[in-house]
Amino acid sequence: MIRPDAPLLLDIRDLHASVDEQPILKGVNLAIRAGEIHAVMGRNGSGKSTLSKVLAGHPAYTVTAGSVHYRGADLLELDPEQRARIGLFLGFQYPVEIPGVSNLEFLRVATNSRRAERGDEELDTFAFEDLVHERLKVVQMDPAFLERSVNEGFSGGEKKRNEILQMALLEPLVAILDETDSGLDIDALRIVADGVNQLAGPDNATLLITHYQRLLDLITPDYVHVMAAGRILRTGGKELALELERTGYDWVDQELARLEPETVEVA
Amino acid sequence: MSTATVGDLVSQPYKHGFVTDIETEKIAKGLSEDVVRLISSKKDEPDFLLQFRLRAYRQWLQMAAPDWAALGHPPIDYQNIIYYAAPKQQEKKASLDEVDPKLLETFDKLGIPLSEQKRLSNVAVDAVFDSVSIATTYKEKLAEHGVIFCSISEAVKEHPELIEAYLGTVVPSNDNYFSALNSAVFSDGSFVFIPKGVECPMELSTYFRINSADTGQFERTLIVAEEGASVSYLEGCTAPMFDTNQLHAAVVELVVLDDASIKYSTVQNWYAGDENGVGGIYNFVTKRGQCRGARSRISWTQVETGSAITWKYPSCVLQGADSVGEFYSVALTNNHQQADTGTKMIHVGPRTRSTIVSKGISAGQSSNSYRGLVQIGPKAVGAKNYSQCDSMLIGDQAAANTYPYIRSQQPDAVVEHEASTCRISVDQLFYLQSRGIGFEEAVSMMVSGFCRDVFNQLPMEFAAEADKLLALKLEGSVG
Repeated sequence: MIRPDAPLLLDIRDLHASVDEQPILKGVNLAIRAGEIHAVMGRNGSGKSTLSKVLAGHPAYTVTAGSVHYRGADLLELDPEQRARIGLFLGFQYPVEIPGVSNLEFLRVATNSRRAERGDEELDTFAFEDLVHERLKVVQMDPAFLERSVNEGFSGGEKKRNEILQMALLEPLVAILDETDSGLDIDALRIVADGVNQLAGPDNATLLITHYQRLLDLITPDYVHVMAAGRILRTGGKELALELERTGYDWVDQELARLEPETVEVA
Repeated sequence: MSTATVGDLVSQPYKHGFVTDIETEKIAKGLSEDVVRLISSKKDEPDFLLQFRLRAYRQWLQMAAPDWAALGHPPIDYQNIIYYAAPKQQEKKASLDEVDPKLLETFDKLGIPLSEQKRLSNVAVDAVFDSVSIATTYKEKLAEHGVIFCSISEAVKEHPELIEAYLGTVVPSNDNYFSALNSAVFSDGSFVFIPKGVECPMELSTYFRINSADTGQFERTLIVAEEGASVSYLEGCTAPMFDTNQLHAAVVELVVLDDASIKYSTVQNWYAGDENGVGGIYNFVTKRGQCRGARSRISWTQVETGSAITWKYPSCVLQGADSVGEFYSVALTNNHQQADTGTKMIHVGPRTRSTIVSKGISAGQSSNSYRGLVQIGPKAVGAKNYSQCDSMLIGDQAAANTYPYIRSQQPDAVVEHEASTCRISVDQLFYLQSRGIGFEEAVSMMVSGFCRDVFNQLPMEFAAEADKLLALKLEGSVG
């Protein structure tokens, strides 16, 4: 839902970032307002996942230039945990397994850290169980997964559902979902997409990072951005994704070659 | 972005590193037959004990220090150690009011208040300072139940028949180099006797404190549970920070008769040396329990976080039919610490069962080895053992080793061994952080999760303590 007067949640300007001194992001500009759903598409290595990790504060990435403001505040100054507490969420492409740490306890500690930031009272184990059982419905998840260690032995689909469950509990203002559709069969994809749609509202925003149109058939984006060689090459409406599906990324190579011949050689 | 590294987390300063300034009576450095006689005479011991010491000393002279452990350290100069040091107040005081306030203050500072008003409500404490026990709380209350809980020196005077009957029967003086040394020069420690049918009404605890820089600590603990008796016992240990190494060579013996049980827990936090490996305690300990009676049970739980070197294998000899031995261990090493620790489960009697759960955490440049023996004798029909050894590596310079030995002379026995190694990865930490969980809490969640099976075995009062201690020890070590 596009409302030009909606509050600006995320404002990325000329963002440059590198990993192991290798530049990956080379000037990303992106503004996201409340109520909007954005999709970032692009080939492997275009910088999509790097963008999501930089926004969440992964220590392996260094921002070399540019700025990111979250609701007007400098996001890049904050530790990853602080970013999460104020309402930024990253749904991982490959959620890690954490043996020995109970999923339920993890979800409770995470939820309470977000609640504390918002000035809400801490939920004890009983109150939290009520909440989590209600939110499980968003992703039709079996409560048995609460009793296990975080993501341990979960199938690909179960891991992604667990991600969306976390999103449902943390109620972020900006949710970045990094290739949430990868490795999902049609049924699991539908459940996950359904969960994302339920959580999207006028006060929050979603940034979907994906390769494929099939996710966007289920979650309709307001904006589609095509990323290549560390920057956003083109922005359009949902029809841009359909065009990509039809024509492929060849035009991207041509446009890049025009802008920056050396990059194409490297790729 | 100022994310702390796990390295910073682990390198928290040692909190118990202070020295108490108190006048101490020490004997001259060095070890000889005269020194053994001197220690015995200072303690005014009966002849049987002097003979026990002298025999051990002569055995020790013939023995060589073990070199099979995965530990490296310069040779120990046994002539450069003081074998007896005691705060000058002497004569164990009848009441706590007469104990030097400096000593009470020391234990207060360590979180072990001894005075009537402040002491822990459900734990009786024996406080050992260098070579002597300075106070034991709740003695009278325990006596009402027939439970004896006192320093071993006191037990030698008041219950010599019990000492003579049990001392050295589980760990013979010539069992190994360090047990022989301990048997020759041991100064103090705790004695516990739980008579037939009595369930000890409170937790018993001994707190060991090394204070002098050049003194060895050689404590001796003996716990006897008669038929149907049970007790839960906990020991804690700390020492000041010195840039020299102090030797700690203890012997602990447990005797359990029919249907009796002893639960023995240790939270070891001796000074570990600094981040460059200078200083720290050399901890060479022999702990063994004997399940003499049918259906008897011994459970060792240890949380080993301190010491520059740890050499320690709390063991169970399962003699009685259907007796049970358990070993639950968390060993954490950081910086240049070295630990070679594990257990021995010796199945002698029929249908004896044992469980081993060992969790090793290695950070910094430390080395952490599990070494365990499961031995099933020819008469141990239907014996069962289950062992689980897990290692967690933090950073990329630490080492973890597992040396399981299994010897079975009983075709009928069931022996299972599982082992795993894992690592706290940057991505796991980032995952937790990206959900709003702070870095330190994230590390501590993962470490506690890893250790949960062992912490669940600790007495409630100490489980939270152990959790905190590990988190503290790990501050600054990941990343």
